[in-house]
Amino acid sequence: MNERKLLLDIQDLTIHYETEAGRVRAVEHLYLELGYGETLGFVGETGAGKTTTALGVMQLIPSPPGAFKGGKVLFEGEDLLAKSEAEMRSIRGGKIAMIFQDPMTSLNPVITVDKQIAEMIALHRDVNEKEALEQAVQMLDIVGIRPERAKDYPHQFSGGMKQRVVIAIALACDPALLIADEPTTALDVTIQAQVLELMKELKRKYNTSMIMITHDLGIVAEICDRVAIMYAGRVVEYADTKTLFERHVHPYTEGLFNSIPDLGEDQEDLKTIMGLMPDPTNLPTGCSFHPRCPYAVETCSRETPAFVEVEPGHKVACPVRAAAGKNGKERAS
Amino acid sequence: MTKNGTLVEVKNLKKYFNTKRGLLHAVDDVSFRITKGETLGLVGESGCGKSTLGRVMIRLLDATAGEVHFDGEDILKYSPGKMKELRKRVQIVFQDPYSCLNPRLTVSELIAEPLIVNKVFRDKASMNARIRELMETVGLAERLETVYPHELDGGRRQRIGIARSLALKPEFIVLDEPVSALDVCIQAQILNLLDHLKKEFGYTYVFISHNLSVVKHVSDRIAVMYLGKIVELSDYKVIFTDPLHPYTQALLSAIPIAKVGSKRDRIILEGDVPSPIEPPEGCRFAGRCLYRQDRCTTETPELREIAPDRFVACHFARNLKRGGK
Repeated sequence: MNERKLLLDIQDLTIHYETEAGRVRAVEHLYLELGYGETLGFVGETGAGKTTTALGVMQLIPSPPGAFKGGKVLFEGEDLLAKSEAEMRSIRGGKIAMIFQDPMTSLNPVITVDKQIAEMIALHRDVNEKEALEQAVQMLDIVGIRPERAKDYPHQFSGGMKQRVVIAIALACDPALLIADEPTTALDVTIQAQVLELMKELKRKYNTSMIMITHDLGIVAEICDRVAIMYAGRVVEYADTKTLFERHVHPYTEGLFNSIPDLGEDQEDLKTIMGLMPDPTNLPTGCSFHPRCPYAVETCSRETPAFVEVEPGHKVACPVRAAAGKNGKERAS
Repeated sequence: MTKNGTLVEVKNLKKYFNTKRGLLHAVDDVSFRITKGETLGLVGESGCGKSTLGRVMIRLLDATAGEVHFDGEDILKYSPGKMKELRKRVQIVFQDPYSCLNPRLTVSELIAEPLIVNKVFRDKASMNARIRELMETVGLAERLETVYPHELDGGRRQRIGIARSLALKPEFIVLDEPVSALDVCIQAQILNLLDHLKKEFGYTYVFISHNLSVVKHVSDRIAVMYLGKIVELSDYKVIFTDPLHPYTQALLSAIPIAKVGSKRDRIILEGDVPSPIEPPEGCRFAGRCLYRQDRCTTETPELREIAPDRFVACHFARNLKRGGK
C-alpha cells in the first residue's frame, strides 16, 4: 500500500540557459515524483522554472541557449535524457502529451480540427487515414464536441472549445502522462469550470497521470492529489494537497497563500511577500528565498537548504521552519 | 443635483459599435450611481462590456446614447475645452503595464508627461520635486528615475501607470484590470498600494476585473455585467453570500477556491456567451439559464431595486424555479 509506483521521477535536474546577460539558472537541482494515476499541481510564479521543467521532461528545451547540466528524468524507470531524438519523438505525443497555455496559438488555423487530431493518431498508431479520422471524431465526442463540427476550422470555435480540441489531440494516443501548462489561464471562469470538469472526468475514466502547471491554488485544491511549490528553479515544498493546504511549512508557500484575497472573510491588508523574484542570472547564495524571508537566520545566506522529509510524503527545503514545525504543531494560519 | 454624495451618475448609457456583421451592443442601457469615496467593482467575463463601460464613463469613447453626470453635470455634453479641464479630475489605469508605457521614455519622463501636457508647473525644480513625491507615493525607488520601462518588472511598471494617473490629483479613477497581468505576490502588493492611496487621498474608484476574489477584496459594491447589461448590483458582501441573479450564482460557483474539501454545488453553465452583435429580445442570459421561463425570451428584465441597495435584472429573482426545458 505504501509502495507507491512512480511513473515519473525527476532527480537532481539542472537546466541552464546561456544568454548574453549571463547564465540563467532556470532549473536548479530539482526533485519531483509523480505516481501512476496521480495529478500533481506544479505551482510557482512567472519565471520560477515550471515551464522549463515541463519542456525538460519533453526534451523540448531549445539548445542553444538551453542545456542540461545534470540530473535524471526517469519515466517508467528509464532516463529520458539518455534517449535518442528518434526515441523521444515516439514518446512525445504518444506516452507523454502536453497541453499548452494558449489554445488560440497551439492549433493550426488552416487545417480542420478532425485532421489535426488524426495527424497525431496516424503518427503514433498503425492506422490508415480513414481510421485515424474516425478515431478523431470519437475523440471530439469524448471532449464534448459534436461530430458535425469535426470539419470546422479552429477560428470557428470559441476559446473553451479550442482548448477542448487541444485536449482531444493530447489524449488521442492515450498517453501515460499528460502535462498541462496553465490549460485554463486564457479562459473565463465559467468556461474554466467547464474545462476543469472535463479534465477531472477524463482523468477518472482513463486514469491518466497528470502534471498541472498553474499559479492558481484554487485549481490545485480542486483537481490535484499532490502539489509541488517551485521557487527560483527549485521545488521548495512537496506534499499531498491536503497536507500542503493545512500544514505548509516553507515561508514562500506561506507567503503565496497569504497573497490570495480570501473570498470567505474580510482582510484589511494582504500579507504579501516583500520584494521581487530574484534575477535568475544572479541567484542569492544559500537559500534563494532568504532575502525575502521573514524567518531567515544567518545560516540561510550561506547554506543551500536540503530538501528533507518533515513527515511521510511531505518534503520541505527550509531547515529553519522544518525545525520549528517539529517543536510544536501550532502554526499561524 | 448631487444627491447624498453621488459623484458619478450613469443614466441609460449605451455604446454600440458598427461592425461588418451588424450593430455590436457593447454597453446596452446601463444605469447606476457611484458615491464619493466608494469603490465600485465591475465584474464579468471577457466581452461583457466592462472595459467599454469604463471608457465611455470618462469619455475615452463617445457614448451612443445616455448621460454621465460627474459632480452633477453631464460630461457627455462638455465642449473639448471643458473636457480637457475635466481630464485632470478623472483618470484611468490600464491593464497591461507592458504596452501602455512609451518604451522610449524614462520613468521620470513618463510621470512628467501629464504634468507637462497640462502645464502644471512653470519651473523644472518644482516639477521634479512632484515627480519624486509621486514616485515615493507609489513605492518606486528614487534610483529608478532614469530607468526605461523594459528594465522593470510588471509590478513596477504598473506602479508607473498608477503614478501617472495620480499626477494631476484626480478625484475619480477607473482601474481597468490593474492587476490581471501580475503574479499573485505582486498583485497583492499593488492591491495594498491602491487601498492605501484611497485611504490617504480619498479617491473614488471603479475597479474593473474578471477576478472575483480580487474585486471582493477592494470593492464596497459590486456590479456584475453580462453581455452589455448590469445583471446585479449589491453590497460586496451580500452579493457573495446571497447572489440573486442566476448568472451571478453560476459565476460565483465557478471560482476555484484555494481550500481543500470545500464542497460546493457547482453550477456548470452550458455553452458560451452569445454574440453581442444584434442580441436577441428578452433576457440576454436566457439561453444559458437553468431557470428559464417563456417570459424570459420575450421581455427584457429591468434592473430593479428589490431590496434597499440591491439591484437585480431578473424577472424571477427570489423566485427561481427550475423550468422544464
